Amino acid sequence: MNSMERTMTAIGHKEPDRVPLFLLLSLYGAKELQIPIKEYFSKPELVAKAQLAMKEKYRNDCLYSLFYAPIEIEAFGGEVIFADDGPPNSGEPFLKSFEQITQLEIPEVKEIKCLQRVLEATELMKKSVGDETPIIGVVLSPFSLPIMQMGFEKYLELLLFREKEFEQLMRINEEFCVSWANAQLEAGATAICYFDPMASPTMVERTRYLATGHRIAKRTLARIKGPTATHLASGITLPVVDDIAETGTALLGFSDKDDLVALKEATRDKLCLIGNFNGIAMPNWTTKDVEANVKNVIGKAGNGGGLILSDNHGEIPWQVPEEVLHEIAEAVGRFGTYPLRTEK
Amino acid sequence: MMDLAGLGREFESALLQINRVKAAELFERCYVNDNSFPLLERLAIDTLERIGEGWENGTVSLSQVYMSGVICEELIEQYLPKLLVKRKIVPRMAIGVLQDHHGLGKRIVCSVLRAGGFELIDYGQGLTVEELVHRSLEDKLEVLLISTLMLPSALKVKAVKEALAEAGAETKVIVGGAPFRLDGELWKRVGADAFGDSAASVVRIIEEKTKGGAM
Repeated sequence: MNSMERTMTAIGHKEPDRVPLFLLLSLYGAKELQIPIKEYFSKPELVAKAQLAMKEKYRNDCLYSLFYAPIEIEAFGGEVIFADDGPPNSGEPFLKSFEQITQLEIPEVKEIKCLQRVLEATELMKKSVGDETPIIGVVLSPFSLPIMQMGFEKYLELLLFREKEFEQLMRINEEFCVSWANAQLEAGATAICYFDPMASPTMVERTRYLATGHRIAKRTLARIKGPTATHLASGITLPVVDDIAETGTALLGFSDKDDLVALKEATRDKLCLIGNFNGIAMPNWTTKDVEANVKNVIGKAGNGGGLILSDNHGEIPWQVPEEVLHEIAEAVGRFGTYPLRTEK
Repeated sequence: MMDLAGLGREFESALLQINRVKAAELFERCYVNDNSFPLLERLAIDTLERIGEGWENGTVSLSQVYMSGVICEELIEQYLPKLLVKRKIVPRMAIGVLQDHHGLGKRIVCSVLRAGGFELIDYGQGLTVEELVHRSLEDKLEVLLISTLMLPSALKVKAVKEALAEAGAETKVIVGGAPFRLDGELWKRVGADAFGDSAASVVRIIEEKTKGGAM
């Protein structure tokens, strides 16, 4: 099976030849090419080149077109701060008052250089792999983007006490999210990862999510013209699994804090799981840790398909040694080949 | 005789529902009954600690943790002058966010500590290692609380600790934030003196460390 066949079989809740491995490598490409992170993301051809090289090197089953999470903040005119050894981060929130929401304009994807670079990289990857390897595009959910747009404290005030302005901002974010997702699909992305950490009960209680982020996700995902994966970026998922399935998404990025056995039962034939290695702990993993983690996830959630191995936050940290990634790939080959030896 | 446990449960429920009015009523009931600041402080801190534990075990959301802290801070602010109580200023401490501009964790810790009657300096967010060290030395801090969101920032705590030691300062560094919660050993590897897995646990750490005198 090629990577696409393997992935699609797993998403279809059937057992492929082995469990697909999605190492979500974004800034790690700069490490691969040994160039500064800022320079790396300024040239789409470098991103495409590194993605293709890392796919071969680590037996990865996907290409990941995410540049950095705050690229959408950059699109709105906000600041992005580059570091030497970590993901670019959003600077000071650009929405300083609730009144500014009324003047906020929806960024036009075609006119934003940083977004165009992502699309160009996606096109280059697509030209190279065709339909053999899935290319994963990324959007931040309209419901979660305000964390960076206005800062968490102010956003909670908006969410809890300012319904009118909250709805205004959601409408703006929703339009942008849909156009950005569809532009990536048109450029060649196979699916869109909808990052929605605010959907997790870790962040917001379920009742509030159902009244807000859930209906926004339903509306937004219905307008995205391709398959989607909802990722809660290491927040727990189990209490909202059925709610997320209702939004029409096909995959769920889950947390290493989730009860995996219960989650597997709750998602069987409904959602394909993607996760859940702890990226923060990964830089210090020994060979034994790698084996234990790979065996644990596959043993608890691999049976019957419906599992893609990945990290639980949506990005492999810069500090993870290459050796760990090689060992993960090797362990997936050993323990993730169907029929599974470690089934529970 | 007041049923403090029952009152605590009602207060917790009011905080989780973000019901400021109900929370204020219950606080007033506690005040009328006892007229003692330590009891109000205990009510706030014990409740926030349970809410923090709820977040750790997945039954309470971060937005509830945050709002509970803010409400308790507001209530304590109102009662400090009524009871002519001064904030605790020992140990001399400050809090800052290393590198990052996400200040929610810092705000929660500030609220909880202030609800516990502590005074602390807020250095803000987006700070470099040099800025944090410089200000800590200038203010002769005994305790520096560092909040982080991402792994690279968390790893820079080591540089803060080393620079403080080089300058001969004995400032204790207590860390918190996602990277430390996700990797329970990380705080030791970066040389921190303690790790607060929730804002309320920071109060406990400080109380424990100060029981025997200076930290």
